[in-house]
Amino acid sequence: METPLTKNIPSNGNAPLDLKAYEKAGGYESLRKSLRMPPNAITELVTKSKLRGRGGAGFSTGMKWSFVPMGKDAPHPKYLVANADEMEPGTFKDRLLLEGDPHQLLEGMIAAAYAIQADIAYIFLRAEYKLAAERLGRAIAEAYERSYLGRNILGSSYSLEMYLHVSAGRYMCGEETGLLNALEGKRANPRSKPPFPPVSGLWGKPTIVQNVETLCNVPHIINNGPEWFIRLGLTADSGTKLYGASGKVKRPGLWELPMGTTIREILIEHAGGMRDGVKLRGLLPGGASTDFLTEQHLDVRMDFREVQKAGSRLGTGTMIVLDDHTCPVGMVWNLEHFFSQESCGWCTPCWSGLNWTERILRAMEEGRGQPQDLEKLEFQTKFNAPGHTFCALAPGAMEPLQSALKYFREDFEQHIREHRCPWK
Amino acid sequence: MSIAVPGNSVATIYIDDRGYKADPKQNLLHACLSLGFNLPYFCWHPALGSVGACRQCAVKQFKDEKDTHGRIVMACMTAAAEGTRISIQDPEAIAFRAAIIEGMMINHPHDCPVCDEGGHCHLQDMTVMTGHDYRRYAFQKRTFRNQYLGPLVNHEMNRCIQCYRCVRFYREYAGGRDFNVFGLRDQVYFGRQADGVLENEFSGNLVEVCPTGVFTDKTLKQHYTRKWDLQMAPSVCVHCGLGCNTTPGERYGRLRQIVTRYSREVNGYFLCDRGRYGYEFVNGEFRIRQARLTRDNHPRNITKAEVIERLAPLLAEGRQVIAIGSPRASLESNFLLRTLVGRERFYAGVSDDQFRLISTMIEILGGGPAHSPSLHEIELSDAVLILGEDITNVAPRMALSLRQSVRQEPMQIADKMHIPLWDDHAVRQPLQDAKGPLFIASPAATRLDDVATQTYRAAPDDVARLGLAIAHLLDDNAPSVPDLPSEAHTLAESIAQALKKAQRPLVISGPSCNNEAVIQAAANVARALCVIGQRAGLSFTMPECNSFGLGLIGAPPLSQAFKTVRDGAIDAIVIVENDLYRRAPVRSVDAFLSAAKDLIVLDHLLNPTAGRATLAIPAGTFAEADGTLVSSEGRAQRFYQVFVPEGDIQASWQWLRDVMAAEGREEGLAWEHIDDVIAAMAVAIPALAQVQQAAPGATFRIAGQKVPRQPERYSGRTAILANIDVHEPKPPIDPNTPFSFSMEGTHNQPPAALIPYFWSPGWNSIQATNFYQTEIAGPLRGGDPGVRLMDPTPDLQGKYFDQVPPAFAPSSDEWLIVPLYHIFGSEELSLSAPAVAELAPQPYLALNEKDAKRLRVQAGEQVTIQLDGMAHSLPAQIKAELPLGIAGLPVGLPGLARFSLPIRSVVEREITSPHTS
Repeated sequence: METPLTKNIPSNGNAPLDLKAYEKAGGYESLRKSLRMPPNAITELVTKSKLRGRGGAGFSTGMKWSFVPMGKDAPHPKYLVANADEMEPGTFKDRLLLEGDPHQLLEGMIAAAYAIQADIAYIFLRAEYKLAAERLGRAIAEAYERSYLGRNILGSSYSLEMYLHVSAGRYMCGEETGLLNALEGKRANPRSKPPFPPVSGLWGKPTIVQNVETLCNVPHIINNGPEWFIRLGLTADSGTKLYGASGKVKRPGLWELPMGTTIREILIEHAGGMRDGVKLRGLLPGGASTDFLTEQHLDVRMDFREVQKAGSRLGTGTMIVLDDHTCPVGMVWNLEHFFSQESCGWCTPCWSGLNWTERILRAMEEGRGQPQDLEKLEFQTKFNAPGHTFCALAPGAMEPLQSALKYFREDFEQHIREHRCPWK
Repeated sequence: MSIAVPGNSVATIYIDDRGYKADPKQNLLHACLSLGFNLPYFCWHPALGSVGACRQCAVKQFKDEKDTHGRIVMACMTAAAEGTRISIQDPEAIAFRAAIIEGMMINHPHDCPVCDEGGHCHLQDMTVMTGHDYRRYAFQKRTFRNQYLGPLVNHEMNRCIQCYRCVRFYREYAGGRDFNVFGLRDQVYFGRQADGVLENEFSGNLVEVCPTGVFTDKTLKQHYTRKWDLQMAPSVCVHCGLGCNTTPGERYGRLRQIVTRYSREVNGYFLCDRGRYGYEFVNGEFRIRQARLTRDNHPRNITKAEVIERLAPLLAEGRQVIAIGSPRASLESNFLLRTLVGRERFYAGVSDDQFRLISTMIEILGGGPAHSPSLHEIELSDAVLILGEDITNVAPRMALSLRQSVRQEPMQIADKMHIPLWDDHAVRQPLQDAKGPLFIASPAATRLDDVATQTYRAAPDDVARLGLAIAHLLDDNAPSVPDLPSEAHTLAESIAQALKKAQRPLVISGPSCNNEAVIQAAANVARALCVIGQRAGLSFTMPECNSFGLGLIGAPPLSQAFKTVRDGAIDAIVIVENDLYRRAPVRSVDAFLSAAKDLIVLDHLLNPTAGRATLAIPAGTFAEADGTLVSSEGRAQRFYQVFVPEGDIQASWQWLRDVMAAEGREEGLAWEHIDDVIAAMAVAIPALAQVQQAAPGATFRIAGQKVPRQPERYSGRTAILANIDVHEPKPPIDPNTPFSFSMEGTHNQPPAALIPYFWSPGWNSIQATNFYQTEIAGPLRGGDPGVRLMDPTPDLQGKYFDQVPPAFAPSSDEWLIVPLYHIFGSEELSLSAPAVAELAPQPYLALNEKDAKRLRVQAGEQVTIQLDGMAHSLPAQIKAELPLGIAGLPVGLPGLARFSLPIRSVVEREITSPHTS
């Protein structure tokens, strides 16, 4: 089984390969290859590979790049931004790539930047990822030294400046356009779309914002070709994926597996199944803003289409597992507390609804729940539906709630009936 | 915002299965409101555009006829494209809109009945409209600490519904920097970093922009009245020359507030803070409320009858009477005064300089090829040159239009990207901070410099030289400027380029520098643009609310009156609404006023001139009188009496008419109503012939009924005077206008010039304006009020001004002292409004840093200047941008008598500071 993304990452948590070692392992080959190709050929390659964004939305990467205006009349500077603001509860996959193989990200970014003829690249990094910041900083310096970055990269006429930007830290900064606003020094509110960033992004110029894991795939696609990449996946989706599991499983962790691996395989084979004495009640397959799945879904393949068919989303592919010793209401309250704290305050359903939701759940946990509360929570899940709000934060926040109300309704009712949390 | 978009197309859209015509370049909210639908909204504002924050205007959109499911969309964020199908009445959309209000109401106080915003609160209206009426939220509300924001605006953050309108208006529209949005989630806070006076000159608009009562009028709070209890009438602002349309409101004989009276062409949705808050002079303690006769230094109040009785013989034919009119009095009052004393004895009541400059400006506008634009047209200009004016401090509302004009040229970027121009934040993404051409040449810094492409700080003559050089670059036939420094030449070239490239170039100048060459230079630039085929605008600021009107009446300046007095014996002087001490040196005025035995002054305030009167007569202010003013655009606009004041206060023209009637003069007897005066004026002064068309006459009725000044729900009519008489008094009769002083009358919409206040069923706030427009943000139905008296001469036969002043040369021992203006302080009447007076600066002398160093003066230390042969001591203020050899003196501030600036004077450091002596 091939693991292109993690093959260079030391399994013992040691420092990542330095530039020399990385090059020895075949690093920056894709860059040399890219510079000999016309930029749009790389975009075509990536489109053919069916690479889809690994940040959660799953949009076709190549198609996104193809929206960037190219040619002589294209506006400049153009920007490439690596979205490394990994902040979704339960998601820690980019961290591994950032800390474990920073040059892989840089190589992917330079190729992507070349494909869209970007002039400037940013890594927008979550502030708490201090180790990643240190390692990325070093990697960027090394890349500049070897002329992988800067003026006339490797003697080509292509130039790219790269900056590491450490965020001041808000969940909204991970939203593509909120990130751009933050990078411009503005409030991290989401932007009105259209125009979409490939046309009008950072400082109004064409910009591609791409998740770290997505970018890390690019060098391998260039090196091995799209067909190879498609073959890596087990289903309609191509490539490998970093899957994770947290919660009361035997071996919480992160594994690079073929796209389309089943939940069962991840949970049982890789995470080692549930800890002794606890039983699986449900799981959020792709991070905090995805719907619960339950035992009946264990054979669902973790790809974009199949998880959606089961009523949830692949999201970031890192599952949070709920067991029978943990209060589902308390878990959802915890998540809604996070989302309500992180609402930017722009649109009414989100700022009013998440606060209300969080307060109701807290009241339930504290034994103050009312019979009408379930109806109010149901109402919020509909009120904050996609399209009703300005961005995807609140609809995402509603996903664990609406599915918890579906699968664990009795637990909610018990809280209200008994005026207490039965797990306390 | 307003955008000049060529081409009109029409789309058919379907609302609840009925077809309607809509503008496809607009959004669905705009379309629905234009069609008269009740669709609630908050974050959208017709002047600010759409941002999609509040989600209140949700409707159901269907793909086609067969789509029965549909999806919720925000009307403000969806184009009114051909074939769009929506439902406002869809149950899901209705429920969603109610839920939005419910979300806002989570934190909003439940005190409507006692809240001071109640009754004109958009949030209240929208809450009722959506039907939300039951509180399901069982937790505590969030609370905020309020801030002190100065004397104009009150802050009450607990009412906030987070619509972001305030911050968008203040920062993005008005260019303010000291107000922002802080915090996040349901704890978003709109205010300043710390308590303090709001710095922006348009802060008062927050009161109207805020859909609820977070920002309220602090002056109204001091004499609070509900909107439905106010008596209102259409009015025109008297605090500068722009003629912004206002709605003053009165109760119990006191003016309570001013709000914007929308007019697309003039002021749109906004006023400046001087215009909004200057009104309190009407209620002031310095009012002349009763006629006062002074004999042998003993003043006593006399009745109206006694006034007429005494005046008639004083002013009888055969007696030597001269009269001084005023640029702040109505056309009618000036015309009556002229009629009373005869044309040859009527003087304009302005200084020689002002007279000359205003005459020149009017000649240029009437005889030149450039068009004098409305404020709306100024907003649409895509390249602007300002010569010698500090717009924000002289003609404030125009500055707000200019702030929008700099967005016109960059807007093409968004248009090319097919971003709908109403989608405000989407438009701002590619535009970022791009600004179109705006060039400002003036002696001192201006409050528009932050959006200027380039500024040029120079003496007035050098400002003129720059302008003349630009004209020459545009057209060889315009005179050239010898010895222009190379940097000025380079600047002139780039300005000429920008103006040439523009679709709608505009030149702005005025009398602020008191320099004729500056005005002529502006005229040359505008003419040159017209000669090369541009449709150029030329806008002159006017110093006072009727400077233009008085200029059109045409009368010699004050010095001629002074001369008349010196040349021969004069029995009486009549002065209407004019404080001569603001216009000429003290000694000249003293001499003039002492020359006649009888000095009759009709005015609002007991100013120094009125203080000298042997007979001071209470003249009605804009709120107590009817009349017509001509704005700097050249637009004649009617203002209407808002209330019947106590005592004998009446319009100056009414006093003068009554006197003439008592004398038995034909005019006095024939001119019963204002319409008669206007008709006679139209005959006597051809330039004012069209004034009659400014508004419908007094006989105008709707279905036989007058237009009520009081809202239908005006309360307490039977009780207001019950402490005096339990019988309900008969409402006063108004023979002069189509308005009644009562709530009885037509409920139909009156013509635009006669809108006493904006109200529509279910729309009690100022947002009811929507229902008076031909389309949202369009002209008022039947056309915006007023009539333009001045149109350009289309042929290009005229000549360029060919006088080129020599360059300014700083002298080693004298400074050129130029006038500086302050929005709060430089205008006479508003200075008697406490809130405005509080914001007025103390007098000072502004010096360049180097000059100050040379004088060994630091900021705050006293310096002495010589004006009119007298020494004046002032604290020094350092203005780094002033050119060397130029000092600035604020105009019109209390304690600073009127000097004719610019003037050359020595400036000396005072040896002993008064504080230490």
